[in-house]
Amino acid sequence: MSVAALAIENIEVIYNHSVQALRGLSIEVPAGQIVALLGSNGAGKTTTLKAASGILPFEIGRVAAGKVRFFGEDIANRPAFKLARAGMAHVREGRHVFADLTIEENLTAAANALAGRKRGRVDTDRVFEYFPQLRERRKQVAGYLSGGEQQMLAIGRAIIGEPRLILLDEPSLGLAPLVVQGIFSIICRINREQGVAILLVEQNARVALDVAQYAYILENGRIVVNGAPEKLRGDPDVQRFYLGSGDTGEGHASFRDVKHYKRRKRWLS
Amino acid sequence: MSEFIEYSLLGILSGGVTALIALSFVLIYKGTGVVNFAVGEVMMLGAYFYYAATVMFGLPPVVALALGLIGIAVLAVAFERIVLRPLSGQPPVAVLMATIGMASIIHGGVEAVWGGDTYSPPPLLPRTPLIFNDILIPGAVLGNFAVAAVLIAGFFAFFRFTSVGIALRATASDPVTAATLGIDINSALRLTWVLSAVVGTVAGVLIASSAGLSPLLAAAAMSVFAAIILGGLDSIVGAIVASLLIGWVEALAAGYLGGKSRDIVPFVVVLVILIFRPYGIFGSRTIERL
Repeated sequence: MSVAALAIENIEVIYNHSVQALRGLSIEVPAGQIVALLGSNGAGKTTTLKAASGILPFEIGRVAAGKVRFFGEDIANRPAFKLARAGMAHVREGRHVFADLTIEENLTAAANALAGRKRGRVDTDRVFEYFPQLRERRKQVAGYLSGGEQQMLAIGRAIIGEPRLILLDEPSLGLAPLVVQGIFSIICRINREQGVAILLVEQNARVALDVAQYAYILENGRIVVNGAPEKLRGDPDVQRFYLGSGDTGEGHASFRDVKHYKRRKRWLS
Repeated sequence: MSEFIEYSLLGILSGGVTALIALSFVLIYKGTGVVNFAVGEVMMLGAYFYYAATVMFGLPPVVALALGLIGIAVLAVAFERIVLRPLSGQPPVAVLMATIGMASIIHGGVEAVWGGDTYSPPPLLPRTPLIFNDILIPGAVLGNFAVAAVLIAGFFAFFRFTSVGIALRATASDPVTAATLGIDINSALRLTWVLSAVVGTVAGVLIASSAGLSPLLAAAAMSVFAAIILGGLDSIVGAIVASLLIGWVEALAAGYLGGKSRDIVPFVVVLVILIFRPYGIFGSRTIERL
């Protein structure tokens, strides 16, 4: 078996010395694959990505227990910029384009991830090939791009660094369904053509399960269900709570109510 | 009429050095969100280094300037490492207080070493005045403006065209995202403080070598506040335009209304302009698009 691009083993994350966000979470992203991490608000999806990319310290958070391995290497306490230079790209939730820099300047800034690996001109064509509409506006200030274009730029910045793993946080956030579709098909192309592994965090479970080869469902800082997309799609609880189908109408229900019996069943099987 | 032209030229030209001091403030404000109250003291200390190197060690002015810049750069690196790094993650006010503390340490240190006397360091630039009909522009004013203009143009090119400059702007705009893109934000911040200190030092040396050197030099930075606020704290272009504008207004006030009014009129003008443009002439209302 080859080494996983990302292996998170039993991590616990604590914010501000007091708030526990993750409780013994383990996930694995095999090299070159797309893995989806689903769950509702506050489940700990974004925290998982932050733990991997090393930006927890900026929010007074830390990994209190467990291990994070990037292609086999233990990366605990490695500063974010070094991880980026080692080939881990993190596209943060909410896009975070540098609003007063142009598209080209955003990409130039992103080329810092190549420091120590590659020198020379910033290869913007690599990005424009996937997102041709950014090429036309490359001299434009990023703050005035549409939401979809900003998301394209955020992903474009990630691929400038020629990463081996992209952590992609809510790429569908606030975008129209058609735009989401377009972006997801490009995400698939990037995964295929660049051979880069992707850990995809999404609230939109339907699109995420369409592109992923494996998925985890996270609740209250723990993995509650995991498996291949077909399996999750067939699971009645997943259907009910994350895909919005199955029997509804009983009003208010939570995954918590059904999960013991699910859990016991999994343990037995 | 020729009087008006002469005052205007003198004022705008002397605004060049003001613009350098303003640049020293704005670099830090943009990069860290902190109003650096030590700009005046850094400027003064740099000028004393220059004085020490020229008069006490007899070095040629250009070499002395280079040494002064290196000295200040080393101190800025030390300040960032020893004082600011432990404060990272704290609110900007904490850093602001640290700069005030730094300012009084430098002020006290300079007075302890050199005392409160006024010295005249040798001029850095030639002093041939420019005479045009009946208008006379002193060489120092012209030279200072030229140095300031070249330096400022250099900064613009640096921030627009070099990858390091772009990385600094990216860090200023969103440090966490910058870090996820492989930018070492600690060294970006360090470089920001060094650049600001170096610009301030050049301004200090220009002022000292044309108008004399005493601990009062530090106060020159305070009068630059009008320009920075007018320009919009976070705009380099604004700081420059406002500096020239204020230099011009000061010169006109001093020329027509008498010397004392030059300290008052610019602030009145700033107040009036801010009533109509509260974020300054070029200050950004943040681009918000979600």
